[in-house]
Amino acid sequence: MPGNFIPVNYLPIVIFIAIALAFGGVTLLLGTLLRPRRIYKAKLTPYESGNIPFSDARAPFPLRYYIIAMIFVIFDIETVFLYPWAVVYDKIGLYGLVEMTLFISVLLVGYIYAWKKGALEWD
Amino acid sequence: MTFSVTDIGAVLPEILIAVYACAILLIEPFLPKDRREILAYFGLAALGLAFIATWQLLWADLTVLNGMFVLDPFGNFFKLLLYVAAIMTILLSMGYLRRERIDLGEYYAFILLAICGMMIMVSGSDLVTVFLGLELMSITFYILVGFKRFEEKSLEASAKYFILGSFSSGILLFGISLLYGLSGTTNLEAVALHLRGADPGNPAWVLAVILLVAGFGFKIAAVPFHMWAPDVYEGAPTPVTAFLSVGSKAASFAVFLRVFMEALGGIHADWRFLLILLSVITIVMGSVVALVQTNIKRMLAYSGIAHSGYALIGLLVGDRLGIFSLMLYMPIYAVMTLGAFGVVTLLRRGGVEGDAIDDFAGLAKKNRLAALAMLIFMFSLAGIPPTAGFIAKFYIFMAAVNVHLTWLAVLGVIFTAVSAYFYLKVVMVMYMKEPDEEVHLAAPPAVVMVLAVAAVAVLLLGIYPGPFLDYAQNAALKIR
Repeated sequence: MPGNFIPVNYLPIVIFIAIALAFGGVTLLLGTLLRPRRIYKAKLTPYESGNIPFSDARAPFPLRYYIIAMIFVIFDIETVFLYPWAVVYDKIGLYGLVEMTLFISVLLVGYIYAWKKGALEWD
Repeated sequence: MTFSVTDIGAVLPEILIAVYACAILLIEPFLPKDRREILAYFGLAALGLAFIATWQLLWADLTVLNGMFVLDPFGNFFKLLLYVAAIMTILLSMGYLRRERIDLGEYYAFILLAICGMMIMVSGSDLVTVFLGLELMSITFYILVGFKRFEEKSLEASAKYFILGSFSSGILLFGISLLYGLSGTTNLEAVALHLRGADPGNPAWVLAVILLVAGFGFKIAAVPFHMWAPDVYEGAPTPVTAFLSVGSKAASFAVFLRVFMEALGGIHADWRFLLILLSVITIVMGSVVALVQTNIKRMLAYSGIAHSGYALIGLLVGDRLGIFSLMLYMPIYAVMTLGAFGVVTLLRRGGVEGDAIDDFAGLAKKNRLAALAMLIFMFSLAGIPPTAGFIAKFYIFMAAVNVHLTWLAVLGVIFTAVSAYFYLKVVMVMYMKEPDEEVHLAAPPAVVMVLAVAAVAVLLLGIYPGPFLDYAQNAALKIR
């Protein structure tokens, strides 16, 4: 459709976004209008799980968490790719098998590297 | 989905490089600390084999992997350039990494992965492949720039490059998604086919082109997307700076050219004005700001920005001569810049940072040959005959005059004269100022080799460019 760039197909998405925004907004608005307002000092202090905070939340914490998180993300992504691959496996055949084997072996290289470098040790 | 042996043959150089990069990562943890230099030779071997493979396929012209990847003389031209740049970078790195105590084997794996990304970029015939290669290159560069991880400057450069780089990737992706939304395909040829029937005045097309220019403009450091370049060039380890300013720029120009010629060639008249504007401010800003730099790496960064502006002229002209002049510009820019950064790595020793222009004082007495090589590179960067830089600029300006953009060529010549000031200042400092101390600067054999090859190449291309011009011309013919 040359020249025609009004994305008609996206209309349901626009309506969906509008409804989602309206739902959230209206709920919050109704809440503020209807609920009783009784403010006192203790109610306004920030708290974590009911405890009064005793230090700044932005403290440095061990780098190890990042490494573990990173490894997790990598293998999480692997699973994300494996699911659709398994669903269409009978359609893509040998090509798909070879591709996925390559993909997993590249990740395996990273895994061996991380293992040998001690990223999985926790002491 | 089809898949054949030809497909594997066509991507053989990329596969070789990727396999070697993985092998380096696997071997590295098992090597004792003092034997890691072996991995540098591994990297060199990979590049040498890939060079041979590409050489064998030099004039092949086929599209493989379901239209995602194209093997053509144009891409191969840039791949050969990238191999040479990477080999020189590795040779410059070996001694440098040891001196800086960052001699980790992963460095060579990253260099290989970066070049693998560049190769995928220059061979991508689909916007998805192009973006994939671009990201592979960018992400490895974010790490390489921060490789001096105990130095604040290097880390700052890495963080800056990462934040701005991912932002620009986002902009590029936005442009790609707009193109996809408009044409329903990401294949470059199919986009061009669709464009033939479309109304190019459509604001969505205009927006897509602007976003693509912004995305690629960042990678080639064109003003106003250049802000990252001086800081990143200054902070990164010098061999990485050399590789970044040469490899990344050449690959980005190749992909810029391919996308704009192949997919958007039909609306050339519409994007030409945008690129003229970009080219003019890039040349002016790059040349003028370089005048006041006191740090050689920052100076070379602004010089690289100005050179991007000149190379853009070849792209915006967009005819055979324009494409040819851009293809000529990139390898010549590559050898002279790599050589200049090679000399900069020599000055680093002990407590001397070696990246201030004043550190060049009396280099002619400290190391006569290094000073001579630097003189050749500076003359070439300034575009003085009989060096290669003159040939490169000559064809760029000729391409501009050929399509009646004479004023652009005149402006280019004027700012070439302006830039001669800061290039020749380095020469002046080297030869006419007394050294602060009487020492002989020894050069490791690997660096000597790089400097010698680069200097000879610059002179040879300047005096007898014939065969090289023929090769570039034939390769330029093959782009659609």
